Amino acid sequence: MEYGLDKRSNALKIFNTTFIIVWLLVACFPFIWTFWGSFKVRADFFSRADWWYAITAFNTLLETGGKFTTDAYNQAWTEGEFWKASRNTVIVTFFVVTISLFLGTLGAYALSRSTRNYAFWILIAALIFRAMPHITLVSGYLFPFFQLQIWGILPTTIVVLVAINQPFTLWLLYSFFKTVPKELDESALIDGCSYFQAFRHIIMPVMWPGVITAGLFSLMLAYNDFTVTALLLNQENHTMVPKIQSYLGTNQHEGNLMWAVSAVVSATAPLFMLVMFFQRQVISGLTAGAVKG
Amino acid sequence: MPNKTFFWFFLPTGLAMILFIGLPIISTGIQSFYAQHDQVVKEVKKCDPFGCTVSIVVDQEKTSKIREEKPLGKFNGFGTYVDRNHLAVEEIGNFWNETNSFGEFVDQVTNLPFYKALIFTLTYCLFVTPNVLLLGFIIALSLNAVTRRIRGPLIFGTILPMIVTPLVGSLVLFWMIDAEGIIGANLQMLMDDPYLSLKSSKTLTWITIIIYGIWHHSPFAFVVFYAALQTVPQEPVEAAIIDGASRWQRVRHIVLPHIYPVVTFVALISLMDNFRVFEPIIGFSAEGSAQSLSWLIYDNLVNEEVILFGSAAATSMMTIVGIAILLAPVLIRTWKEFRTAR
Repeated sequence: MEYGLDKRSNALKIFNTTFIIVWLLVACFPFIWTFWGSFKVRADFFSRADWWYAITAFNTLLETGGKFTTDAYNQAWTEGEFWKASRNTVIVTFFVVTISLFLGTLGAYALSRSTRNYAFWILIAALIFRAMPHITLVSGYLFPFFQLQIWGILPTTIVVLVAINQPFTLWLLYSFFKTVPKELDESALIDGCSYFQAFRHIIMPVMWPGVITAGLFSLMLAYNDFTVTALLLNQENHTMVPKIQSYLGTNQHEGNLMWAVSAVVSATAPLFMLVMFFQRQVISGLTAGAVKG
Repeated sequence: MPNKTFFWFFLPTGLAMILFIGLPIISTGIQSFYAQHDQVVKEVKKCDPFGCTVSIVVDQEKTSKIREEKPLGKFNGFGTYVDRNHLAVEEIGNFWNETNSFGEFVDQVTNLPFYKALIFTLTYCLFVTPNVLLLGFIIALSLNAVTRRIRGPLIFGTILPMIVTPLVGSLVLFWMIDAEGIIGANLQMLMDDPYLSLKSSKTLTWITIIIYGIWHHSPFAFVVFYAALQTVPQEPVEAAIIDGASRWQRVRHIVLPHIYPVVTFVALISLMDNFRVFEPIIGFSAEGSAQSLSWLIYDNLVNEEVILFGSAAATSMMTIVGIAILLAPVLIRTWKEFRTAR
């Protein structure tokens, strides 16, 4: 809002700048600090003597001979089997994103092109499903999954995450499909296309921004999930987030704490880079629901 | 679109939602009426030269046999709902009769696990949601006043707390406020109290988790408000400036009414998300002093000896009722709008 008439006083400008700087510090400093600390030894990052050691790397110098060390990373990725966890995360994320986009685009397209009452009620039902705490759903899954002996494996978790993700994907893609004019597919239908052909060849090519946004959100859900993956996967198949929790262990003062720190950085870095790259899509996705009110 | 085409298009996603969201809720409902089997005990007579003793031990064989035959447990009706770990009807009755003052009664009731968790969950919602709206709005207003050129990186920095998973976000903060971390150590120095620890007191733990909640959720409110601010029409604002309206009056009377629908949307979403608060409790290792409804369910499900399906399911059902109460106003409004629209 840069209005020609609007003259800001200097005091206000200074206040505004200070506020933004303070907020950005609050928002970003924890991540910068953790990133920095992950290259230190435990005695520095959690220093009993003086927190300043984390900067001067007093103990890191003593123990490893350098100011920075990648010991925590090496150990977590090999001994801590974080490589396995990240492989599992990649598998889960890839399939969740692909399948939920496939199901979501089909369903949302149908919803956006239907004029019947049931389309409205389906959207309301999806909203209610979206509100369900994941842990209550998990408490419903565990028993039947044990009985069917499909607990603990990756495919089950993938299907569950896809389903949990559908309500949000449907709402998001629905609002995107609504912005694509109906005349586009109607003319294709008159020309003799079937609905599926119109969807495949006419609508999808102009829907890429929406699909990317929905894909990013599915990705964030699958990548970040703790509730479902921690309870539905066995130790062997754990993804990154439950793995990080398992490093915390019962006793904080065991050596694994630095593993957790380096694992947190390893898990967060790709996500940050991705969001930096797709920032515009993330924001348009967040606001797509809001514009409708 | 014809019904038949709609059906085929919608079938895959509909099936996924019915099978993995609808059915689990029903499954939770059924499980909540069952409780795990009691252990079968038997008397064992042990004789040695000094005489015989009779001791009672668990009959492992029979117990596991019963568990295998009826894995769901024994039918318990509403027993689980009213037991000590849930609504605790009997205990509350006793407290009412035994305690002398109302304050004492409230004290006793809020020490019961379910009510303790309910109170934490509601306190969390009550403090986090309004502050998230406020902080998000202020950040949006103030970023909106910055030169367009540098807004991109600023927005990226602002949304960082939101895109990390709550477990990681709370861990990162937890390590800093640890007595051996940067904030914790500096607080001790500032307050001149070497034993000060944010973890040790219940109130401080609650405040920490609430501050974490505001930190984590504000970026979402910011993003939505920021997008909404871009759609505020300029003419009324300019007219107000000419009429001599102050900055605050312009925000109050032009900007706020314009973005009002968005405010209710954000309030609703963050209320729903805050009601299921759970991961920060694990991240902050705060189980001792702060428990939420979702955490109670999790705790039952990771129980060491035998998973307490019935207990977890009963808490789940009551959480779902809570969500329904939260959603009711919105659903009623939508229903009315839908009826008038027809």
